[in-house]
Amino acid sequence: MDLATAAELKENPDLPEVRPGDSVKVTVKVVEGDRERSQSFQGVVIRRRRGGANANFTVRRISYGIGVERTFFLHSPLLEKVEVLRRGKVRRARLYYLRGRTGKAARLKEQRET
Amino acid sequence: MIPGIIGKKLGMTQLFRDDGTLEAVTAIEAGPCVVTQVKTAARDGYEAAQLGFGPAKRLNRPERGHLKGLGLFRHLREFRLQDASGLEVGQRVDVSIFREGELVNVTGTSKGKGFAGVVKRHGFAGGPKSHGQSDRHRAPGSIGATTSPGRVLKGTRMAGHMGNRRVTVRNLEVVKADADRNLLLLKGAVPGSRNSLLLIQKAKPGGG
Repeated sequence: MDLATAAELKENPDLPEVRPGDSVKVTVKVVEGDRERSQSFQGVVIRRRRGGANANFTVRRISYGIGVERTFFLHSPLLEKVEVLRRGKVRRARLYYLRGRTGKAARLKEQRET
Repeated sequence: MIPGIIGKKLGMTQLFRDDGTLEAVTAIEAGPCVVTQVKTAARDGYEAAQLGFGPAKRLNRPERGHLKGLGLFRHLREFRLQDASGLEVGQRVDVSIFREGELVNVTGTSKGKGFAGVVKRHGFAGGPKSHGQSDRHRAPGSIGATTSPGRVLKGTRMAGHMGNRRVTVRNLEVVKADADRNLLLLKGAVPGSRNSLLLIQKAKPGGG
């Protein structure tokens, strides 16, 4: 038996393929005391990390003029829904260069289906 | 009922709990084991069960004779019991003896670190890194007083061999016990490298 199958990861169902450059809307469960509610976060995916239970992606958005990045674990039971709003055309896997840009400079071209 | 089992460390991974927290777990391939000998106070002076684990390639004739009709096992280990009655040779033991949420003690051989200095071995702070220090960065400092007592006390912590000894980690929580796959997931770390042999026993109540 090998380690990779030991943890029996359950991929979140109906999760679309998330790629760097995509504009996404992520809905997560938030537990406050004994209440549970949903919260959404909309922005651009700047990286996608693989690696078993630790697989995650990071979404960046500008909120009230401040850059905010939030990382979501793909296998987390708190991750409710991910909607891909727009596929961006990008040439690298990690879009860290967006951190230094705001406004017009931070735009990404939309990927055309071929 | 046997309170323990023999296993092989597969390595560590992570698991999500339902509340979204991520937990570090150790995966162990445990069992199936077979009782190869039952020791009783009347005959052997103490009560214990000997378990066999893992297929053996080569065994000599005395070993084959000892395991006659039981299969060929690479590892034989004894578990001390309060009362060995009710056990018989040939009985099968698997992961189903553990329930999720139960606490277990795990015994194994820790990774060898070779000849280690006091900073690594005993957590000493070492000396200052600057202000004219030379060759004192990882030194142990004083190892005792002067004329009285005039010797170094026994047991003073010094550099020496570290690791590669028998270590028991107590009260690890069983996160998952899958008898179909002989898989045991325990919360936290256990001694030893991957593929090393482990003894897993039920923890005594009260943390013993």
